[in-house]
Amino acid sequence: MKIGRMLAVASAAALLAASAAQAENILKWGANRDIGSLDPYSYGDSFTINVLNHVYEGLVRYDIDLKIEPALATSWEILEDGITWRFKLREGVKFHDGADFTAEDVVASLTRVSHETSPLKGNLPAYVSSKVVDDHTVDITLNGTYPLLLNDLTNIHIFDKGWLVANNAELPTDIGANVEGYATYNANGTGPFIVTSRKPDAETIFAVNKAWWDTPKHNLDGFVLTPVTSAATRVAALLSGEIQFTNDAPVQDLARLAASPDVNVLEGVDLRTVMFGFPFREKLANGQPNPFADLRVREAMWKAIDLEALHAKVMRGKSRTAGAVVAPPIPGYAPELDALPGYDPEAAKKLLAEAGVPAGLEFELNCLNDGLVNEEQICQAVASMWSRVGLAPKLSVAPRAVQTPKRTGGATDVYTLGWATLPMLDAYSPLLQIFHTKEGNAGVFNWGGWSFPELDKLVQEAGKELDVEKRLAAETAALKIVKDKAIMIPVHQQPMAWASTRAVTKMPLFPDNKPRLWFARM
Amino acid sequence: MLAFLIKRTANAALVMLAVAFLAFLIFRFFGDPVEMMVNEQATQAQRDELRARLGLDDGFLTQYLRFVTNAAQGDFGISYRNQQDVMTLIGERFPATFELVIVATLLSLLVGVPLGVLTAIHRRSRVADAMQIGSIVGVSLPSFVTGILLILAFSVTLGWLPAFGRGETVEIGWWSTGFLTESGRAALILPSISLSLFQITLVMRLVRAEMLETMRTDFVKFARARGVPAARIHWRHALRNCLMPVITLTGMQIGNLIAFALVTETVFQWPGMGLLFIQAVTFVDIPVMAAYLMLVSFIFVVLNTIVDVTYALVDPRLRDDAVPAGGK
Repeated sequence: MKIGRMLAVASAAALLAASAAQAENILKWGANRDIGSLDPYSYGDSFTINVLNHVYEGLVRYDIDLKIEPALATSWEILEDGITWRFKLREGVKFHDGADFTAEDVVASLTRVSHETSPLKGNLPAYVSSKVVDDHTVDITLNGTYPLLLNDLTNIHIFDKGWLVANNAELPTDIGANVEGYATYNANGTGPFIVTSRKPDAETIFAVNKAWWDTPKHNLDGFVLTPVTSAATRVAALLSGEIQFTNDAPVQDLARLAASPDVNVLEGVDLRTVMFGFPFREKLANGQPNPFADLRVREAMWKAIDLEALHAKVMRGKSRTAGAVVAPPIPGYAPELDALPGYDPEAAKKLLAEAGVPAGLEFELNCLNDGLVNEEQICQAVASMWSRVGLAPKLSVAPRAVQTPKRTGGATDVYTLGWATLPMLDAYSPLLQIFHTKEGNAGVFNWGGWSFPELDKLVQEAGKELDVEKRLAAETAALKIVKDKAIMIPVHQQPMAWASTRAVTKMPLFPDNKPRLWFARM
Repeated sequence: MLAFLIKRTANAALVMLAVAFLAFLIFRFFGDPVEMMVNEQATQAQRDELRARLGLDDGFLTQYLRFVTNAAQGDFGISYRNQQDVMTLIGERFPATFELVIVATLLSLLVGVPLGVLTAIHRRSRVADAMQIGSIVGVSLPSFVTGILLILAFSVTLGWLPAFGRGETVEIGWWSTGFLTESGRAALILPSISLSLFQITLVMRLVRAEMLETMRTDFVKFARARGVPAARIHWRHALRNCLMPVITLTGMQIGNLIAFALVTETVFQWPGMGLLFIQAVTFVDIPVMAAYLMLVSFIFVVLNTIVDVTYALVDPRLRDDAVPAGGK
């Protein structure tokens, strides 16, 4: 009898536990692809870093308005030499395995990410060394005065040194050496969520970290990340409720999703600016003389693009037509630089004639089919607009992996480029990476081979100036040269769309297109 | 017989070497994996260094020879994107693809054979005509279309079956199976139907043709004359005589199904080898692409060799050491 009652109590308790488990807020996130690895330093892939940011954290982080705020560091100062930054670290933070977070961990992580075999070395361009001052103070030495260290640090995730050492993972995984790394399969961060299981291409399960140092704004008990590569399947899964959120709602299905009573569509404009670049070399890829180094020609090509038609027809009214190469929220942006040149094919023809461009000039227009939103259609439309003013662009469309070597090797002429200034979120990023003369660390994306010394000087100034006002003034002045010289032609900021079911009550849309589920509620 | 086996094995090895050679010829046109691996802020020097470290600067012959030498020792390298051992990566995915293919094959036999017999027996009925027309649709509809249609009908509208994934799986050693859980079995239904549709129509048409042939033979006529029940003639005697080509075809088609499962796997996010390969192509993950191609060609070669050997066992005339008619 007694045993019977005990059993009854036990089963009632089990029932209660079961119903509590059912009421858990587990968000089912269907992404368009899987993360590559559990190691944030494995692959230069912003989506992987974005997802792993739920597990690992940096010294600083972006808040809901994309402003930098303290995370694992609570305060920082620049020492007298101007190149050493001293960070005070948050006390009482614990890694998921219970280890304490200390300055040793920061040094180990910075050493790992800046190691020569790390594909993410470029994310910390100014870093030279770091050292432990005391348990909760760390000094980071740079190669010069550099104002954007905090921006860079938002994406440098902090590992536990003891964990790295114990698992022989102090160095980044070197695929060249044919050795696997422990951190590829395991994760141990300080972040709001803990990885509990991972099946590549199927699902990765995250549980809430109850011991997180910060007060959670979310009310999730965890989330499941499922890649659903096929866009049609993703839409179907959202409509049937098998996934509750996707950060890639296909543009062509937005109307259908919005019509469903169970789905919320979140639309916004991405920070990514789409632009066209030109060759400044002596010859075109086909051996003909290159007219694009002439400012009049580039201005003519700008005037020949009907930006309104692109916006209305190709982008279905969802893009933001741009005159500047950075989006309005990016520091360094100035509204006067965003003025549009105005569509004027007659003026364009006249300019081309003045510059002595032969009628029917043939050149290659190099576009990707796995890059920007509707990139192929954009290129087709622009190619026909340029044909209308008497040019003969030859469209070349292929995947990124095929086109990039042609672009970097000067084997093509005019090309598309989308730049979101990630992960830095500052105009310094395109100025240094795209518009600066190609030398040393600068101008990696200067595929056209241009050089404007006055612009370089401003960029270098901005890269050393610690005063925010002065730095942004230098960046704006440099952006003005970009615009006046029409080095690249901006077209628009591309649209982005997320969608969630009604089960999700809050999902802030970030213009850098990165979901941050620690702000989500359901 | 031994000489025959050795010759077949040598042939098989040559075929695989040729496949790897062609693969490495093509890989150069897939693009540059380094551009996909580093992030936007990497400098040119860092990119070049990584390229050199991965041996991508070497000529394709050098790369090919290195691959063959390593592969012969069972080392297929590390995936560029996942940073995992390629054989482990493929081994993890193999059970998913294999279970899908096996279910699709069984489905094609269980549905295709009876339909073939029925359409042969009642070949003048309207139903049989409808089946014939239906089978043309089955042959000509690409599997991604049927996949999406199935999802729309059974997942979105009816809400009966999951739209994607493999459901819950159970690990038995290194093998993960979806057969043992309810969600795993439910997840198998739509992708296996989508994958088997083509196969069903193929089997059905083959059985029908064979049956029509067999029904005209003497032994069927004699059986009829003896008063053997029609059902027994059709399903026991005639059908048996039709099955040999069906079994051969099904065996050979398993290789095809594994290779073409990648479309179904992409539509249903089925975590198998095909999905892995598609992603490897997107990211120019050469080690994974190379290993996958080798594995698939290996499966084809093995299936073909088994069929050849079986034929040789059955029919001594096909053996190399067979004594020509008339003797020495």
